[in-house]
Amino acid sequence: MKRAVMIWMSLFGWLLLFKASRLSAALKDSGNLTSMVYIPEGSFTPFIQAVSSSQQVKIKGFMMDKYAVTNKQFLAFVKANPQWARSRVPQLLADEHYLEQWKQDEQIGDPRIENSPVTNISWFAASAYAKWAGKRLPTLQEWEYVMRAPAVNLPKTETMTAYLLNWYGRPTPRLIPSVGSTYKNKMGVYDMAGLVWEWVYDFNSVVKGSDSRSQGTLQKSLFCASGSQNVLNKEDYAGFMRFGFRASLKARYCIRNLGFRCAMDAKSP
Amino acid sequence: MRISISLIKIYWSFHFRYEKYIIHYLKNMIKIMFCPLIAHLNLHGTMVILSWKQLQIVTLKTSAMKKIKTSLWVAIALIILGATISCGSKKERLNGDIQSLGKITGTYTAKLGAPPYAPPSITQYTSPQKVVVNIEVIEKEMELANGVKYTFWTFNGTVPGPMVRVHQGDEVEVHFSNSPNSTMPHNIDFHAATGPGGGAEASATAPGRTSIFSFRALKPGLFIYHCAMAPVGMHIANGMYGLILVEPKEGLPKVDKEFYVVQSEIYTDGKFGDSGLQHFNLEKALDEKPDYVVFNGRVGSLMGDNAFQAKTGDKVRIFFGNAGPNLTSSFHVIGEIFDKVYLEGGQLINQDVQTTLVPTGGAVITEFTCKVPGYYTLVDHAIFRAFNKGAIGQLEITGEPNKEIYSGKIKDEPFTSKPALP
Repeated sequence: MKRAVMIWMSLFGWLLLFKASRLSAALKDSGNLTSMVYIPEGSFTPFIQAVSSSQQVKIKGFMMDKYAVTNKQFLAFVKANPQWARSRVPQLLADEHYLEQWKQDEQIGDPRIENSPVTNISWFAASAYAKWAGKRLPTLQEWEYVMRAPAVNLPKTETMTAYLLNWYGRPTPRLIPSVGSTYKNKMGVYDMAGLVWEWVYDFNSVVKGSDSRSQGTLQKSLFCASGSQNVLNKEDYAGFMRFGFRASLKARYCIRNLGFRCAMDAKSP
Repeated sequence: MRISISLIKIYWSFHFRYEKYIIHYLKNMIKIMFCPLIAHLNLHGTMVILSWKQLQIVTLKTSAMKKIKTSLWVAIALIILGATISCGSKKERLNGDIQSLGKITGTYTAKLGAPPYAPPSITQYTSPQKVVVNIEVIEKEMELANGVKYTFWTFNGTVPGPMVRVHQGDEVEVHFSNSPNSTMPHNIDFHAATGPGGGAEASATAPGRTSIFSFRALKPGLFIYHCAMAPVGMHIANGMYGLILVEPKEGLPKVDKEFYVVQSEIYTDGKFGDSGLQHFNLEKALDEKPDYVVFNGRVGSLMGDNAFQAKTGDKVRIFFGNAGPNLTSSFHVIGEIFDKVYLEGGQLINQDVQTTLVPTGGAVITEFTCKVPGYYTLVDHAIFRAFNKGAIGQLEITGEPNKEIYSGKIKDEPFTSKPALP
C-alpha cells in the first residue's frame, strides 16, 4: 500500500516537474523574441522544379528564428551601426522607403509597432542585421522547407490554402500586428505567412541544380500561364505568390510588408 | 538547266557521303564572308574563323572535294543569294510596319475613361504620338453587390480599370505604379502590344515601385489588358482588367454615345448574395463555377439609376470586353439588333447581328441605333448568368414613341380556349 502511494506520488511529482519546465520554457519564449528553434534535417520537393524531374531537396539541420525580427530589435541594430540609420544609408543599399514607418533615425515613434516585424528594409539591411547578430539569412530552400510544416493552431475548419489566400487577398494594414499573432507551425516557428513577406538569402534564384536553360527563364516566366508549367502543385496559389513576389524584388527595395528573420548553422540539435 | 540539275545531283550525292566536311566548309565560308553579321548569331558567343590555310586543309581532306569544288561554289553562291533575298524580306517584314506607321511627332498624356464611359477620341490626330498612360494598382475593399464586400485588386481604383484610347502607330508609354499598401506585386499585359508578355515582364512591379515601358500600337482594334502576375487567374478574378482601343488612323466613325462594359466572374466562398466580406475561392475557380458573373465588377453596376442613357435617334457604340477568367460571353441587347459588330474587336465587320460571342480575353465593338423608347437590357445570353448571377445591365432610351416600328400593346382581351371536339 505504502509502496503504491509512493509510486503514484513520484509519478505525480515527475508530471509536475515536466509541466513546470514546459511552462518556464514558454515564459522564456514569450520574453525573448530572439529565441531560435532547431529545424531538424529532412528533404522536400520544391515548388518549382526542372521539367521532367522530381528532385528532392535535402536540408541540413539548422537554427531558425521563431519570430521575424521586430522594429525594436532592428532599432538596437541601427543604434549600434549608425551607418544604417535612415538619413545615412546610401541609396544604393536601400531605396527611399527605407524605415519610413519610424519617426526618426533612432526612434520608432509608435509603441504599437515596437514588437511588429520590421519592414521597409532592404536585403542589404537585413543581411547586415543578420551578420551583426551573429546569424545569417535563411536560404530560399530552408525557408520553403519550414513553410511546408503544417500549422498547429489554426481552426480546423480553415484549410491552409484558404487561410493564406485570405491574407494575400487583403491590402497591407496600416499597423502591422505583432509577431506571434498568426499561426505556429509544427517546427515551432511562428508567422511563416499571414503577417509579412520575408527576405531570404538567395531571393532571386529559383532552383539550384536544375537545367540551365530553364533556370534562366523560369523566374521570368512566372507571369502568365507559362509560369505554371514547372511547378509541383498548380493549386498551390500561395506558392505562386511567394515566388512571384520574390521575382519582383531587387536587393535595395524596401517594401511595407516585407520583413525578415534570421537563421544559423546548427551546432548541435 | 541540265547542268544545274546535274550539279545539284552531284552536290547531293556528295552531301551524304561527305556531309560533315561540306557542312563544316560551308559554315566557315559563310562565317568569313559575314563575320560582322554573324558574330552575334553564334550560339556559344565565340567566333571561330578558320584561316585560308585551315580551310584548304578542310577541303583537301577529301580528294573528291576538288572535283566538286566548282559545284560547291555555285551552291554557296546560291545559298548566299537566297540568304540575302530572305534577309531582305525579313528586314522588310520587321521594319515595314514601323515605316508605314510614320514618325512620332509629339507627346501627350492620355485622358483615360472611367467605366462605364469610354474616353473621347483626340480630334486633332494627324500623325503618330507618344501617349503617356498612367496606371496605379490599388488593392481595396469595394461592394460586389448590396451588402456584399470583396477585396478587389484594381487599376486606378475601378473595376474594370480605365479605358485607354490611342491611335494606330502611337507609341504607348505606360507608367505603371504599385501602391505601397499593396500586398502583392502586379504587372500588366496589353493584348494590343507586340512583345513578350504584352509588357507583363517589363512591368512586374513590387509594392511601392513604378515601372515604365512602352510599345508601338501596330494593329488597330479593341483589346483587353489584364494583370498577368502568377497566379494569373486570381489576379483577373480580383478585378485586374480593362480595355484599350487602338483606333485606325482615320478614327472610328462618329457616334452619339460610347459605353464601356467588361464582363467577368467572381468566385467567392459564400453563395450569391451572402452578405459580409467575401474571399476568393480557389476550388470554385478551378471548377469554373462562379457565384457572380457581372458587368463592370458589381451586381447592378448598370441598373436603375446607373443605367445607360440615350435618346431616340442616337447612334450608340458599346465597347464590350470579356475578362473571364473562365467563361465565354454571348453578348446580347434585348430588343435591339446590332447594326454593326466589329468581330472580336478586329477589322471584320458583321451587320445585323442579334448575339455576338466574346471569347475570354477578347472584346467586341457593337453599334446600334436607338429607335424606340424604353428600357433595353444588356445580357450574357447564357441567361442564368444574367438573371441569377448578375450579368445584366440596362439602357434607357427616351424620346417619342415610334408606332411604325413597334406598337406596344394595342389590345388586352379575355381568352377562352375552345372545348376540344368530342
